[in-house]
Amino acid sequence: MTQPSTTLAPGAADSRVSLVVAINQALREEMARDPAVYVLGEDVAVGGPFGATAGLAELYGERRVRNTPISEGSIMGAAVGMAVLGLRPVVEIMFVDFITLAMDQLVNHAAKLHYLSGSQLRVPLVVRVQCGVMGGWGAHHSQSLEAWFVHVPGLKVVMPATPADARGLLKAAIRDDNPVLFVENRALYWGLGDLPPGEGLVPLGQAAVRQAGGDVTVLATGRLVGEALAAARDLGGEGITAEVIDLRSLVPLDLETVVTSVRRTGRLVVAHEAVLPGGYGAEIVAQVQRAAFDYLDAPVERVGAPFAPVPAGPSLEEAFLPGRTQIAAAVRATLGR
Amino acid sequence: MDIAEARGLLGTMWTIRAFEERLAELVASKQLPGLVHLSIGQEATATGTCAALRADDYIYTGHRPDGPFIARGADLNRMMAELAGRATGYCHGKAGSMHLVDVEHGLLTATGIVGGNLPLGLGSALVCQERGAEQVVVVFFGDGASNAGYFHESLNIASLWRLPLIFVCENNGYAEFTPLSAHTVIERLAVHAEKYGIPTATLDGQDVLVVRAAVQQAVDRARAGEGPSFLECLTYRLSGHYVGDPQRYREAAELAEWRERDPIARFRRYLIGEGLIADGTAPDGAWAGEQIEEATLEREARERVEAAVRYALDSPWPSPEEVATEVYA
Repeated sequence: MTQPSTTLAPGAADSRVSLVVAINQALREEMARDPAVYVLGEDVAVGGPFGATAGLAELYGERRVRNTPISEGSIMGAAVGMAVLGLRPVVEIMFVDFITLAMDQLVNHAAKLHYLSGSQLRVPLVVRVQCGVMGGWGAHHSQSLEAWFVHVPGLKVVMPATPADARGLLKAAIRDDNPVLFVENRALYWGLGDLPPGEGLVPLGQAAVRQAGGDVTVLATGRLVGEALAAARDLGGEGITAEVIDLRSLVPLDLETVVTSVRRTGRLVVAHEAVLPGGYGAEIVAQVQRAAFDYLDAPVERVGAPFAPVPAGPSLEEAFLPGRTQIAAAVRATLGR
Repeated sequence: MDIAEARGLLGTMWTIRAFEERLAELVASKQLPGLVHLSIGQEATATGTCAALRADDYIYTGHRPDGPFIARGADLNRMMAELAGRATGYCHGKAGSMHLVDVEHGLLTATGIVGGNLPLGLGSALVCQERGAEQVVVVFFGDGASNAGYFHESLNIASLWRLPLIFVCENNGYAEFTPLSAHTVIERLAVHAEKYGIPTATLDGQDVLVVRAAVQQAVDRARAGEGPSFLECLTYRLSGHYVGDPQRYREAAELAEWRERDPIARFRRYLIGEGLIADGTAPDGAWAGEQIEEATLEREARERVEAAVRYALDSPWPSPEEVATEVYA
């Protein structure tokens, strides 16, 4: 397992940081700013498997950076019980695959208590999960399950694709008074990017246009944003200009940015790493066709993983994982090529 | 025993009894909606527990919330209005019975997930510990919850972190329709907590004074930073699992046996022995002190419940637009 450096190396020639370091920085900044921010999860006091929480226990103590037993359901429930009394817990579920064990607390309590209590209770909770296919880790350490949570009223769902967004969205999620599922793709952890000076907050519910283009809109989440940009470069060689939008927040959804783009390009490809059937892409397509039906020049294409568990062997894993090739093919399909 | 204290405990038990008996009628006759779980016969555990708490302590209940809510002093009008789905209810008609919340009285939430409130209690107890204000958290749950994973996870974490958390297990002998002996080989549920290093007691949950004394000990330990306690209160639900339960799973003889141990009758006998209630056998003037008129307490309780029913049924429904409000803070 790769252990990244979490040294921020200020003043070094390359000022860029990795996404996992950006997450670490967001946690440090928010814990320094607000004593109500607590971090809890398995191994968090020793940095976790990828270093996302490295150094926090040394800075803020093991009361606020709390290692837990391997009891995901009770960790999640405890975090809800903390949040309703005013703390701002950040729970780490080491792999999103393990969140199945904590679904009950997240779905039945965290998401519902504000509504069910008639606004007497608030649940300012962030659940950090790490997801994604990489390195043959297999079916219990690789899934993309965000669509399950998008279906739950009361939850917000965020997927950063860059270090700057990881920091800015995580800080915004911690300051939000609602439970937020913060989905980190492991394959992005070591990708580098610049962080903006200052707070660098990124509001939840705002998509980002990563590349302007006129022929087709490609909407992507998480790891597929980089794949979409790579596909756009490939397509450029064929004289096709693609507008690439990074959705960033699944809930709340910034439909306006998507629809504005689609009204201009007349074509849409929606891409995510999760399996295709029942994926969040389907919801986007439904909403976009209603808002921009008269502007669409071709059926909307979706890109996602095949409807199968994530296989561990390298050849099958490669066949499973959607990327630039599938996105480029989908774009061509919208153009009848 | 102090007469005001005695009157308080007896009055609370009568209020819970009156509230739930009326609730049962209203639900059975479909004047009130919903899936409602009563705790008739279990009033002493809720009453005794809440009598040992401070106003700034916290409580989580399971799916039988009425006892703790009433014992804690929740407003009967707003409770009944919530059960009736009205806008004036505690939760604007969104909670019903199984999700009741009254933050003002530290009643953080009921839950429809058996055992699901145990981890919530962990987190809130952690907050109490961090505040250093000697507050405690009580979680009510039944014997059925002892087979849930949460139960074991929460015992472990509460002990590991020495949380000011009091596990009040209302062992009423049945998990829904299934007797304890058919859902676990463990006879005394307190045994589980002992294994996790938590002080325990198995006690007569029908005796309000026994419950209060045991909870008081647990509260004192928790406030002193000595960690969690586990109280197994042996009790019995004289009502069905839910309103409408045909109760085919138990014998009339068993029910009759437990009626003899009705916590209200039990406390009455004690108060007669103490001379605080007249039993009608003593000659006039034999007891010179003030006495409790139980019939008056009962009547007042039923009148307050009736007023709450009128308040609830006269209250407006929430407007349809409210269905998707308050989803997010």
